[in-house]
Amino acid sequence: MKYLDEYRDPVLARKLMAEIHRVTTRPWTLMEVCGGQTHTIVKQGIDELLPEGVRMIHGPGCPVCVTPLEQVDKALAIAARPDVIFTSYGDMLRVPGSATDLLALKARGADVRIVYSPLDALKVALANPDKQVVFFAVGFETTAPANAMAVWQAQQLGVDNFSILVSHVLVPPAMMALLGSPSNQVQAFLAAGHVCAVMGWTEYEPIAERYHVPIVVTGFEPLDLLEGILMAINQLEAGRAEVENQYVRAVRREGNRLAQETVFRVFEIGERKWRGIGEIPSSGYRLKPAFARYDAEAKFDVGDIHTQEHPACIAGAILTGERTPLDCTAYGTLCHPQKPLGAPMVSSEGTCAAFYAAGRGIGVPARPLAMAAPAATNAPTTPIEGAAR
Amino acid sequence: MCLGIPGKVMEVREEAGLPMGRVDFGGVRKEACLAYVPDVKPGDYVIVHVGFAISQVDEEEALRTLELLDQMGDLVQQELATMGPGMSAPAVLDDPVAGSAPPQRGGLAS
Amino acid sequence: MTDLERPVAGTTIDADGVACPAPIPEVERVILGHGSGGQLSAALMRDVIAPALAAVAPGGPLNDAAVVEIGGLRLAFTTDSFVVSPIAFPGGDIGELAVNGTVNDLAMMGAVPIAISLAYVIEEGLPFEELRAVTASAAHAAARAGAPIVTGDTKVVGRGAADRLFVNTAGIGLVPDGVAPAADRARPGDVVILSGPIGLHGVAIMSVREGLEFEVEIESDTQPLGGLVAALVGAVPDVRVLRDPTRGGLASALNEIAQASAVGIAIDEPAVPIPGPVQAACEMLGLDPFHVANEGKCVAIVPPEQAEAALGAMRALPEGAEAVAIGAVVGEHQGMVTVRTIVGSERIVDMLVGEQLPRIC
Repeated sequence: MKYLDEYRDPVLARKLMAEIHRVTTRPWTLMEVCGGQTHTIVKQGIDELLPEGVRMIHGPGCPVCVTPLEQVDKALAIAARPDVIFTSYGDMLRVPGSATDLLALKARGADVRIVYSPLDALKVALANPDKQVVFFAVGFETTAPANAMAVWQAQQLGVDNFSILVSHVLVPPAMMALLGSPSNQVQAFLAAGHVCAVMGWTEYEPIAERYHVPIVVTGFEPLDLLEGILMAINQLEAGRAEVENQYVRAVRREGNRLAQETVFRVFEIGERKWRGIGEIPSSGYRLKPAFARYDAEAKFDVGDIHTQEHPACIAGAILTGERTPLDCTAYGTLCHPQKPLGAPMVSSEGTCAAFYAAGRGIGVPARPLAMAAPAATNAPTTPIEGAAR
Repeated sequence: MCLGIPGKVMEVREEAGLPMGRVDFGGVRKEACLAYVPDVKPGDYVIVHVGFAISQVDEEEALRTLELLDQMGDLVQQELATMGPGMSAPAVLDDPVAGSAPPQRGGLAS
Repeated sequence: MTDLERPVAGTTIDADGVACPAPIPEVERVILGHGSGGQLSAALMRDVIAPALAAVAPGGPLNDAAVVEIGGLRLAFTTDSFVVSPIAFPGGDIGELAVNGTVNDLAMMGAVPIAISLAYVIEEGLPFEELRAVTASAAHAAARAGAPIVTGDTKVVGRGAADRLFVNTAGIGLVPDGVAPAADRARPGDVVILSGPIGLHGVAIMSVREGLEFEVEIESDTQPLGGLVAALVGAVPDVRVLRDPTRGGLASALNEIAQASAVGIAIDEPAVPIPGPVQAACEMLGLDPFHVANEGKCVAIVPPEQAEAALGAMRALPEGAEAVAIGAVVGEHQGMVTVRTIVGSERIVDMLVGEQLPRIC
């Protein structure tokens, strides 16, 4: 795939890794914000081959996982109604609410459907005029333009059986909340490339300055992550704290103006809770009053659902890097991938899920690392090479 | 869900007042809304997220990134080569599996 | 600024009215994920079905088919149900899938198929034309595999009680002497061979699934593997393990083997053949090709000194033309499968947990 495969070149990857090793003289703690970036780092084992002392903390960058328990419960309440067709991005179906999840509800006969794009949800509404179609509008700023367009189109086309359940979260307030926490250990950020493709990076300049942290707008392929990490470490080593752009092929400083216009025509900034963390001020979008009739929360009167995040969950401390899952009383017992409490366990790449998958702290032998057991990694290659000839 | 992948716009048309494009992703073709990239024409590459093109790929920048990365590795090798006698083994090992220790800054070999 | 270490207290009310940590209720119903071929499926078998059958089922590792001794001969016996939706898809239909699936389960025990049964549960309203087409496909597949369809059954249920057509096939086959592949026979040092590119069936199904439609020139790889296996066991009678990676994909199949044999498996990611469009579709949908279903592929684990002979025998046939060694069995990380990444580290490849796609085979 063009503009994808080239950024997976193993030779260039190794060069970048070597350069990272060459320039690093001290321990550093970095955070990659976006779940897609975490996925690449974990999948390629990048964090395991970084210089000793360089630590990657996986940020709360999966909008699915940070969707607060309360919103999931509201979604479930709406989806359970017989007059509703509930549409959603695929990954939301597996996220547990207080008592169940959308997939289980579907098993019990609720009309829950996966859609690829919010415009598809609108099409479902047009095709089913006798039903109420609700779309679970989850996402970071990346997804807001799409969700906004669906609402805008609904208004343009005069569709009245369509509404959205909003659960948008914003990156800069989360970053500031993390940086403002006294236990924060993150020294540099890899900002989410596609969030910035939409919003640009001007919002991050005051953050970099105020907290003196380098922020590098980074893409999602292995070479992107490696280059972003290198740029961040170069800044840290030099004592600089600026916003830089690694993802030059997709991101401009001002972002996508048209997309921003549509987002702010439909949405305004509001309060938002984050799963396992609680409320972060001004960290979400809500529909503007002019679009109130597309707000599923108002339409279906689910305002009396208030769910408290689980008290045992220490997602906040995990995200600042202050604690590891091994410090959590619920880890492996009350909280595991099939029954997760907070975002780092809901996401398959979250710190807690990653720990669990590697068997750490739950009585399973620690997983081997290539670097720690060179003999083990040599063994497989010999038979392959011998056999393939 | 952050999934934004690059694809090539094959054709553009209008549907219900919105510009839509047929985009090819390495052999997979799907519709995407082009409302946010109005200047895009067939042959251009876009980043698509949940059925919307959110950015046009700047092909020059893309090439430049790769060229820079390619050269960077060579620069390191060159630098090491000019470091004087006794530096016979480069600090950068090409074998990813050999468990190389990170090269020490400012010098090689103990 | 919000202190992130404490959840914000305030005027919110806990929906369950419980103050101290309470477990979220157990899922006591079957969910779609239980049919996906991954961890949930394994759990359903282990926790619900196997205990109920304990008195009448022989124990031992779960293989693709059972082998029973009778009169000095070893008979392989298997059954499978097919609930794929839609019933016709690029590259095939449910009839062909159902016959090939059972023929392949027999082949994975090294067996030559002798006879197949074919049973239908038909939803009221299915047009005759479609029933004829599916049955013709099944017949064609059976002829190609050299296995007659000798018995069957037909039931009709009301609208909504079956998604157009459900098919069950069962099969018996004869296992030649000296051939005994089984999930628990992998040993450190053995070579892991894959018969061809992965991800084709799953992607073909996804491309026509409502809500996700996309255009792609990919067809299901459904095909009978009896001939391929016969050639393989001819060259390497002591093949240790054969498995076709269907639901749950390559990752789930390898994990099952690693667990049953109590060994580790290390895969070289660049060696695994994944066609471009499969890679692209998986990128688009955020899926891992290692978890996507296949229908005409097999994994063969052979002793290292036999690897070359095995590859030679497989590559001589069209079904195995792209056979390649993708990794090896190791003594470390027992029960787990690892993959070597482009930066040179190892990562664990898990079994699929729950549902990836609803009903693809």
